[in-house]
Amino acid sequence: MLRRRRRASPEVPTASMPDIAFLLIIFFLVTTTLYMDKGLGLVLPRVGQTKVVPRKNICNVWVNAAGEVAVEGEIVPLGELREEVARRLKENPKLIVSLKVDELAKYKVFVDVLDELKLAGATRISIASPEVEGGP
Amino acid sequence: MALERRSKVEVRIPTASMADIAFLLLIFFMVSTTFVRYRGLPVELPEAEKIQRIETRRNLVYIWITKDGKICVNDMLADLNSLEDMMSRRMRENPRTIVSLRADEEVPYGKVSEVLQVLRRAEALRVNFATRKERR
Repeated sequence: MLRRRRRASPEVPTASMPDIAFLLIIFFLVTTTLYMDKGLGLVLPRVGQTKVVPRKNICNVWVNAAGEVAVEGEIVPLGELREEVARRLKENPKLIVSLKVDELAKYKVFVDVLDELKLAGATRISIASPEVEGGP
Repeated sequence: MALERRSKVEVRIPTASMADIAFLLLIFFMVSTTFVRYRGLPVELPEAEKIQRIETRRNLVYIWITKDGKICVNDMLADLNSLEDMMSRRMRENPRTIVSLRADEEVPYGKVSEVLQVLRRAEALRVNFATRKERR
């Protein structure tokens, strides 16, 4: 009788294991932010690395302070910009889109236009810098 | 007597695998967790459709531009002059740096353009215009 009572069970007590695990889960749930960095990528040209491009390979896109968009001098609604640029790209796959945005235009318009250009399949996009500014 | 005892059903929920489930969830959250590194400034990002994810957070530098023109680099307030120093130092340390530009959608484009020019001078050429996914 005495012998039996003295025998300790050689088990590790795992009863509280789920409690520990759930505590940690709650910690990670609270601190987690499933947060992704995403956006429109663009590679800027180096300073002084300006190239002369034949005029026929350039498509100028202007945005004025009021947020109106013009392609080669003609005002195009934002909704039709994609088709217009895609059509021009089809005619000339080497086309470089030069985006010239007014200083007072909102950044939102710039992003919208850049998005439309990318959706149209334009890969060669140039953002005109103030030092080489030349309006229409 | 013996028959009666055998038919008694044990009324316990099996909790032996609870710990396994908990640890599985724990591992999922540990793997998918990314901690927010910088608080930044409050900005309302513009929306876009054709967005890319930036895979590596290691090479990222965040630049915030708020509505009232405040610039903040990785939680440090900056102006256009200090931005160039900061960025060129950063580019020397890690030439593969990508800039995530988190500008408010109401910012005039002129301000963004100035920052882009500074980035060009600092040789930080890979820029990503941070946007939200467009909801339709």
